Amino acid sequence: MIAPPTGWSDHPAARALAGRHRLRAWEPIPWLLALAFYFAFPKYLGFGTEVLVTILFALSLDLVLGYAGIVTLGHAAFFGAGAYTVGMLAKHGIWNEPITGLILAALVAALIGLGSGVVLLRTQGLTLLMLTLCTMALLEEAANLAHDYTGGFDGLDSLPIAPLLGWFEFNPLYPRTQYLYVLSVLLVCFVFVRTLVYSPFGQSLTGIRENILRMHAVGAPVRRRLVLCYVLSAAIAGVAGGVWAQANAYVNLGTLGLDRAATVLIILVLGGHGRLYGAFVGAVAYMALAHFLSKIYPTAWQLGLGLLLVVIALFARNGILGIVEAAVRRQHAPRVT
Amino acid sequence: MTSAPLLETRALRRNFGALAAARDIDFRLEAGARHALIGPNGAGKTTFINLLTGVVRPTAGAILMNGRDITAVPEAARVKLGIARTFQINRLFRRLSVLENVYIAVAERVGAAPSMLRPAGRRRDVVEESMELLDTLKLSADAARCVSELPYGRQRLVEIAIALGLKPGVLLLDEPAAGVPSAESHIILDAVERLPREIAVLIIDHDMDLVFRFARRITVLVSGAVFATGTPREIGANPDVRAVYLGQVARG
Repeated sequence: MIAPPTGWSDHPAARALAGRHRLRAWEPIPWLLALAFYFAFPKYLGFGTEVLVTILFALSLDLVLGYAGIVTLGHAAFFGAGAYTVGMLAKHGIWNEPITGLILAALVAALIGLGSGVVLLRTQGLTLLMLTLCTMALLEEAANLAHDYTGGFDGLDSLPIAPLLGWFEFNPLYPRTQYLYVLSVLLVCFVFVRTLVYSPFGQSLTGIRENILRMHAVGAPVRRRLVLCYVLSAAIAGVAGGVWAQANAYVNLGTLGLDRAATVLIILVLGGHGRLYGAFVGAVAYMALAHFLSKIYPTAWQLGLGLLLVVIALFARNGILGIVEAAVRRQHAPRVT
Repeated sequence: MTSAPLLETRALRRNFGALAAARDIDFRLEAGARHALIGPNGAGKTTFINLLTGVVRPTAGAILMNGRDITAVPEAARVKLGIARTFQINRLFRRLSVLENVYIAVAERVGAAPSMLRPAGRRRDVVEESMELLDTLKLSADAARCVSELPYGRQRLVEIAIALGLKPGVLLLDEPAAGVPSAESHIILDAVERLPREIAVLIIDHDMDLVFRFARRITVLVSGAVFATGTPREIGANPDVRAVYLGQVARG
């Protein structure tokens, strides 16, 4: 008689689940490319820094939208909260050390995420979308009105950010420090988000995304999970806003606006949501395209982006990474006779 | 002293506007029961399940578990008390694998789900238990597949697997064979018949073969009220029940 199997760890499904968090061979490539960019294009480091910040912001959105299925059009509220935290503390001479500044930016954004999330996340779909938009609009208007603290419509410029680790100056004209600094911050946040989405908590978020009613029926504290996810995502968006303000040495109402919130949503959809690296692909593709199109067609460049979006919405609902995944799956699929 | 039934309702009532979807239902589910709930469409069977699981709040009456009043206990907390259900229309995590579907339920039950910094696959206990459960339902060969790729009958088994992952004391099956092609329906029947003895099962179904083969007690619900309760033999011989099922106005 054959002995009964002692465990299931060799089953393909169990192996897939047990191994999906392991580092894949290609995963260092984007980071090496980012480093190579630093050496290859010293004149474009300002642009590169902007791209890295956008990746970080899109990554924070991926956590709520791609994993937990929270549809938001107001994520710039947290980006702006982080940016204004850094900006106001520096401008008013209260605090200008960069790394602790980011932690404060994360805390402020997380608090706003908690306050708004507890209320907003009772709703779903279009209602939620509108309420996130309203929250952001309220913050923007508050920043506009509190002129004495925020600089109002003009924002705050020439922020006196202290040198990084007391040594590396942030030079807005030659942003070498900024580029490597933002890259490091992105790496730390990415490792955190990556760990999170492959954890049981991340698995339960995908459960909420896929079927919220079933999650209630398996006894999950759905709203608590959603709020927690929202707060963590807000904190990361706050960090993105914080590094943006530090790198540019200014902050303005644009950090809180619909334009930024909509752009990051487009970037994530373009790259592929719920895929971690969609933020990378989307930000690079969108910003590179916007950069070159605006050089070639200074008056009508947004038309090109619009057309691209229509194509993505019609033919590639899972974004660029979705196309790549489908192609890989076709390569590996066994031939059906 | 007689012991309280596992699950009990007393004069349970639920109105939706002018419609009484549940009218003063007195119901008892004993430990280890095999109980079927039948009745014409719109009789309030699913509403009754929604009342038992806490999805719908009763207008009046009480729900007791082991003699304790749980009428005010919310849905998620009732799951922790051991009440699990399946749905008439699949509520699966469609884009996840079969294993992940069950993993989510098991992780929730054992308290692994809030863990953030450890990979899900490292919870070997959860993975093992989920695979073991899939194996008992003859689903282990499909465990790696995306659940939406399975034939409908096997998706219905995943519905049951998710509920069993909660190790319930009471399992409420809302038309487990609904929509399953007759060629596949035997796999549902087999699975239902092989459910662990110790679980009290309440099953809703229109398939009288399944009901009469499986149930040791049957409650007939008509217009939100209990019309008859008894053994399958009693119910089968009851002329009023036959009349209801033939669509005639019953005389009582």
